[in-house]
Amino acid sequence: MKRDKFSYAKYGYFFCLPFVIAFCLFTLYPILYTVVIGFTDLKGVGTTTFHFLEEPFKNFDLILHNNSFRVAFKNTVTIWLTNFVPQMLLALLLTAWFTDRRFKIKGQGLFKVLFYMPNIITAASIAILFKALFDFPMSPLNDLAVRFGFLDAPKEFLRSKTVARGVVAFIQFWMWYGYTMVILISGVLGISPDIYEAAEIDGANRTQTFFKITIPNIKTILLFQLITSLIGGLGMFDIPKSFLEGQPDNATLTTSLFIYNQAFSGSYMYNKAAAASMIMFAIICVLSAIIFYIMRDKDEIELRKIEKAQKKKMKEMKQMKKGGIA
Amino acid sequence: MAKAVATMTAKKDKLTGGQLVFRIVIYVVCIFLAILSIFPFWIMLVNATRSTTEIQQHAVSLIPSKYFFNNLKIISGKSFDPWRGFINSAIVSSCATLCTVYFSTLTAYGLVVYDWKFKRPFFSFILAVMMIPGQVTMIGFYQMVYKIHMTNKLIMLILPAIAAPTVVFFMRQYMIPSLSLEMIQAARIDGAKEFLIFNKIALPIMKPAIATQAIFAFVSSWNNLFTPLVLLTDSKKYTMPIMVSLLKGDIYKTEYGSIYLGLLLTVLPLFVIYFALSKYIIAGVALGGVKG
Repeated sequence: MKRDKFSYAKYGYFFCLPFVIAFCLFTLYPILYTVVIGFTDLKGVGTTTFHFLEEPFKNFDLILHNNSFRVAFKNTVTIWLTNFVPQMLLALLLTAWFTDRRFKIKGQGLFKVLFYMPNIITAASIAILFKALFDFPMSPLNDLAVRFGFLDAPKEFLRSKTVARGVVAFIQFWMWYGYTMVILISGVLGISPDIYEAAEIDGANRTQTFFKITIPNIKTILLFQLITSLIGGLGMFDIPKSFLEGQPDNATLTTSLFIYNQAFSGSYMYNKAAAASMIMFAIICVLSAIIFYIMRDKDEIELRKIEKAQKKKMKEMKQMKKGGIA
Repeated sequence: MAKAVATMTAKKDKLTGGQLVFRIVIYVVCIFLAILSIFPFWIMLVNATRSTTEIQQHAVSLIPSKYFFNNLKIISGKSFDPWRGFINSAIVSSCATLCTVYFSTLTAYGLVVYDWKFKRPFFSFILAVMMIPGQVTMIGFYQMVYKIHMTNKLIMLILPAIAAPTVVFFMRQYMIPSLSLEMIQAARIDGAKEFLIFNKIALPIMKPAIATQAIFAFVSSWNNLFTPLVLLTDSKKYTMPIMVSLLKGDIYKTEYGSIYLGLLLTVLPLFVIYFALSKYIIAGVALGGVKG
């Protein structure tokens, strides 16, 4: 049996090889390359040769003191927060309603399908659609506002920085609350019904059950959602790019859009873009480390501990036996 | 237990005013959100059939008009080529999906079935790199692709899909309880080669997981804007999400109807997929959350 396992081990390497090769070529090598470029003078369209800078951290220094980068970072965090907080609250509320044990909502399936729908549609198309909805002078929103008497004349909504940023956050919220809801509901359905039954017998009301049972039991899922959403939010690109290209006055400029603009427009500063990428990468690494810690296989670790303890015991017993015979 | 049931039925009998309000609020909110999901797309759909003059008079209308083919004529006369975008996107997305599900299942199989020295570190490694977004590696990736003269080649959008850590993770979680090692042992005794066992036994067992992951891989590849935007400069190679950004350009500035039609054409395939498979898609999302 033992010899059997040994001879098959090589297939493990063999089966994982394509993944490793593709990962090294298309992720690992580009990361390392990006790191290197961050320390060089590589810029200009079509350039591939570079020299290392005399002050190695010059690009990083320039980026960290770059006003646009700071604005972009602030925008990214603001947009993420204004989308995530309402998104999570609404998803939690809907989860509480959809999993209510005393009152089953009719048409739940249909509601779920409709709430989740925007998530699957191309973000670039959605952003352009929203731009058309808010446009000036002729757009559905202006039409409605004038028709119902909220405005006397069409207004250029997207000229306001707050509105532009708000719409980006709204699109993000609108695309993702259904997804968050579906995940939270599945988490709640995974909680043992016995706990709820016990609470009901004890006379707990809806609010009590929700805060004392539901929330503590889906804590890990909530934390996981928070961090994946944060990582996704820090990389936000499609919507701001397609919506207003970071305008008006850099109000919807995100860090990813900043990196893209540095590298693929103007004077093609690959080196600065690479430095900015690495700064973002460092932030994401920290967040990923947290996820990694949450996701590690707790059962497996427990199992291995038990295995080790058993082996130790066996050894001890063997030694004792030996000792006994001797 | 009987007591609890009794109190519950008692509660059901007297539907107090408060409870009625509670129910009405729930339905009102849900219906509002449902309309909010549909409304932008409905406007897009209706305006795609209306002429520019009609839209200029009233941009919101719930009733379709009859200018659909007129708009189609306008749109196909200019640089926006939805058909080409559709074909390019379809090639990239289907090949990338095949690569993702096949190689991820293969990797998961290597992780579950065999005992090898670096199995555990490798799995930890996969967990660790799961969250690396494409944006942070893009500068190096672009430089690499540019150096080997592979920009504007669709294959550079497909091959990276072979390494999909999230999908490997999902496949492994699904495989552990559903694949019986006895069956593999039996196949070995019958003289089957390892690779054949994977293709003939493991793949069919993994079908439900593969189907779910395939849908998500396809959609995310179809929707990807960043990588194609960086790599593709030749408009003949444009995928749908880049094609759609042409609609913002000056040539369509006054062609309101055709902008909406263009948008409709880019999202139509996704709507078809979604409404045909929504049950599986939602179940798939829910499944992804359970582990979290």
